[in-house]
Amino acid sequence: MDEEIIGIGAEAILIKTKLYGFTVIKKVRVPKSYRDPRFDEVIRYNRTATEAKIMIESKMLGIPCPSIIEVDPYEGIIVMDYIEGPRLSDVINEIPGNTLSMLFYKIGKYIGVLHKNGIIHGDLTTSNMLIHNHEIYLIDFGLSYYSYQLEDRGVDMHLLLRALESTHYSLSTLLFKEVMRGYSEVVGELEAKNVAEKIKEIRRRGRYVKERKRVKSSICYEE
Amino acid sequence: MNTLSEELIVLGIESTAHTYGVGIATSSGRIITNVNSIYVPVRGGIHPREAAEHHSKTSAETLKEALRKSGLDIREDINGIAVALGPGMGPCLRVGCSVARALACYFDKPLIPVNHAIAHIEIAKLATNTRDPLIVYVSGGNTIIMAYSEGRYRVFGETLDIPLGNCIDVFARELNLGYPGVPAVERIARKGKKLINLPYTVKGQDVSFSGLLTTALRLAKEGRYELADLCYSLVEIAYNMVVEVAERALAHTRKQELILTGGVARSNILQEKLRRMCRLHSARFAVVPDEYAGDNGAMIAYTGALALKYGITIPLEKSYIRQRWRVEEVDVPWMKKL
Repeated sequence: MDEEIIGIGAEAILIKTKLYGFTVIKKVRVPKSYRDPRFDEVIRYNRTATEAKIMIESKMLGIPCPSIIEVDPYEGIIVMDYIEGPRLSDVINEIPGNTLSMLFYKIGKYIGVLHKNGIIHGDLTTSNMLIHNHEIYLIDFGLSYYSYQLEDRGVDMHLLLRALESTHYSLSTLLFKEVMRGYSEVVGELEAKNVAEKIKEIRRRGRYVKERKRVKSSICYEE
Repeated sequence: MNTLSEELIVLGIESTAHTYGVGIATSSGRIITNVNSIYVPVRGGIHPREAAEHHSKTSAETLKEALRKSGLDIREDINGIAVALGPGMGPCLRVGCSVARALACYFDKPLIPVNHAIAHIEIAKLATNTRDPLIVYVSGGNTIIMAYSEGRYRVFGETLDIPLGNCIDVFARELNLGYPGVPAVERIARKGKKLINLPYTVKGQDVSFSGLLTTALRLAKEGRYELADLCYSLVEIAYNMVVEVAERALAHTRKQELILTGGVARSNILQEKLRRMCRLHSARFAVVPDEYAGDNGAMIAYTGALALKYGITIPLEKSYIRQRWRVEEVDVPWMKKL
């Protein structure tokens, strides 16, 4: 068998394999011995089913992402298209500025379409975006879920901003502006403004405030 | 002020919540004394003012006993006074902090600010002989998964509402199952067979227990299920949430060790789950010894001694208490030699 493990995460392993002569990715959610088997079965079933359902729905909404070929929620298995191409995070510094702006504008549009249809991706980092044929592909819907809540949309977008800041700091402001431009075109200006406000609010919550102040002394003073 | 090779002796005071503790420890990790007085509410949870009253009543006695047991003299033998400035309950913190300020001022010793959560980490690392572990800190007041990176402990995931220990304690209290709540609920849980569907809330890296608690209490009061089954399902689901986030953090950070610390570290069921999870990732699993699991003075003293070695002190007039002092705000220079 022509099988190759290409990734081991906390929850699942990714196997590159062949099906009818095509290269595919098999994502397997492995059972966890630390959980009650009855609980383990339910959680693996639910997560596999949700992930597959959301990927199919995203595909139908026109979002470039892997196509689902087969799902077996009882075994926690999803078989999907293999998208050939580098991760955006790996090549971001090699892409010329104009192209990069265009790509992030598109990313904003895609996220807008997802959110407008009640889908939260849940793990929007540049490692979860592939470049294939000059197009951005969203991958890893493992943490995605359904929600129309502003809070969830804000958290989703905030994660992308944080990911940009932590890995491509110098470009982050510019690129996120492009994301918001694309996003706003899809969801409308008012909703985009609400989400932008939400992101600011999330920033202000204790956890992120001090992190950004870069306090020099060993402790920082309240008041 | 002092060289890095010198051994320093520090007296530490803990008063963030229900425990008033005085410990004496050295920077090389020798715990000389650890004397703690715990406030047990007559009924209900910890009332901050009543806990603070307990602290101020017992503070002198606790300090005296710690000194007597150690045979040390503050003026002669102690290099600094450490205090947990936070995070914790304001009224409680103020007691420990006032005593520490007074001692530092009277004996002319440096005052060392210690973050309570970091003290839980350091004492666990010392006792389990780990170097750079992933940390699962679970207690009645905190639920945080952390790892060291670039000069500080970074929060990987945490509770979005109530802490794990609080969730189980309140469940036990509302149903009169006994105090402390976690061992009481676990004892009953061992007889449980059925798994009841309760809300399992993991949001990205974070967990939430409030929905779980509300649902479990509602079902208990409706009386449709056996109490043992309910207890079993509550701990199974609550612990699975913590272990899942810890597993995600372990896979991401690729740390080789994991330590369990804080009051809920005493839970055998949680220990077993984490042990199994670590085996899947070939990581070493270690638990803080019971003596240092709950809040205690020794951990403040030891962490204070580490800090003093790197010259971390605080002027009296700036030694405010910090109820919401987060671990990411604190430099831990003693980790840099890694």
